[in-house]
Amino acid sequence: MTPLLSVRGITKRYGTHIGCADVSFDLYPGEVMGIVGESGSGKSTLLNCMAGQLVPDAGEVVFDTRANGPQNTVTMSEPERRMLSRTDWAFVHQHACDGLRMGISAGGNVGERLMAVGERHYGDIRGDAKDWLQRVEIDAARVDDRPTTFSGGMQQRLQIARNLVTGPRLVFMDEPTGGLDVSVQARLLDLLRGLVRDMNLSAIIVTHDLAVVRLLADRLMVMKSGRVVEAGLTDQILDDPQHAYSQLLVSSVLQV
Amino acid sequence: MSAYNFAYLDEQTKRMIRRAILKGLAIPGYQVPFASREMPMPYGWGTGGVQVSAAVLIPDDTFKVIDQGSDDTTNAVSIRTFFERTAGVETTTVTRDASVIQTRHRIPEERLHEGQILVYQVPIPEPLRFLEPRESETRKMHGLEEYGLMHVKLYEDISRHGHIATSYAYPVKVEGRYVMDPSPIPKFDNPKLGDMAAIQLFGAGREQRIYALPPYTQVVSLDFEDHPFEATKADHACSLCGSEDSYQDEVIIDDAGRRMFVCSDADYCKARQAAGHHGKDAA
Repeated sequence: MTPLLSVRGITKRYGTHIGCADVSFDLYPGEVMGIVGESGSGKSTLLNCMAGQLVPDAGEVVFDTRANGPQNTVTMSEPERRMLSRTDWAFVHQHACDGLRMGISAGGNVGERLMAVGERHYGDIRGDAKDWLQRVEIDAARVDDRPTTFSGGMQQRLQIARNLVTGPRLVFMDEPTGGLDVSVQARLLDLLRGLVRDMNLSAIIVTHDLAVVRLLADRLMVMKSGRVVEAGLTDQILDDPQHAYSQLLVSSVLQV
Repeated sequence: MSAYNFAYLDEQTKRMIRRAILKGLAIPGYQVPFASREMPMPYGWGTGGVQVSAAVLIPDDTFKVIDQGSDDTTNAVSIRTFFERTAGVETTTVTRDASVIQTRHRIPEERLHEGQILVYQVPIPEPLRFLEPRESETRKMHGLEEYGLMHVKLYEDISRHGHIATSYAYPVKVEGRYVMDPSPIPKFDNPKLGDMAAIQLFGAGREQRIYALPPYTQVVSLDFEDHPFEATKADHACSLCGSEDSYQDEVIIDDAGRRMFVCSDADYCKARQAAGHHGKDAA
């Protein structure tokens, strides 16, 4: 099977400081990969390099495109990369206000990607938007309300709807549950898990919350100081961490 | 008069502006940056249009200025006088006789002919500005033809008002390529933009952009399949000349709620009255 995403030797430096160094892995269709590590360990840098938002200093990111098979997204032209990022890719930001247009109604937010790929029928766009609001458990009657009137959890779900409406195959998530209270987190995780399974999505989730990866991720990478210190199956790493840092991370979680 | 160079601007500046205009004409709808000069009038009063007019005027030209269709409002009078003094060109109020027409917010009702130049004053040339505040990003969007966002604005209109409520500065697509702001003309005028015999030049002084439509360019107003573009106007006949298919201004005439509708194109209205047409309030 061809990997959906194949990362080889990704390195990003900020001057002499290392963002992330020599990261390699393969992600297969339908697989969810978690990246954990403390703040400043290079998780977000790595994610942004893979999602085409940062240009890595070295390495390649090969994505299996629908039309032309595996392509290196680092060297592909910008129009192609931007096309990917609004069709086959989705990016869920930690703060919903980074990923949403706050001055535009929920329906407009969900419809934007549809219109960006050429949909020009108002009724259809609105129908799709309402459908997606319901799929992320938002009342379809709120389709004309602005995200500013939504709660934090709803904004995050709206952001997910807006990203998934064009049926992407790969979702990048940067701390999708950060800043939400635990009961809202649980609902969001439940929803995400359902969507990932139903749509056979592949996802890369950056988080420092081990509960999130335990629930969602098939595989896990632990990062420290820009390097991957341990990688493997999620349960394996969480139940039997080998590297000293992974052991610290796992033992730091409060047991209630 | 001789204290000024012809048409106020120095020759090097006019040359620079003409180059921007030529580039604009070569790439219809593309916003060409230019080094806008300080003009002896405030920004927002047509400094962009004035610079474009100054660059295209020649001594044989006949110049006309309209402001919201009228020849005798402040903006029109001051700009007309400005070029009478600095260029010494003939001026007129008759649309047909003018070779260069500078306009604010209207296209004359009368069909323009080949050889005429229509110069628009543009406050904000970037149609995507209120949706995407970053100039670097909007330029990229134009470059890569990413215009989905423009439809988000129209979508918002329909979801809020039930129809596309944008009634002026209605975005258009030029020759299937660039999305362009036609300056704040009423959308009633949009159909006249396309396939026009005259050259159309757009100047934005504060924003330092010039763009252009060569004669007979294809211009399409953006819309949805199930909410097509509609050129709307007040549903009244002109009170003075009786015209039913010209664009009308609503004029409040007392504090008891009485009002009248008159052609916004003063020259068109006058010509019709002279030809014997009369509306219900004609003197």
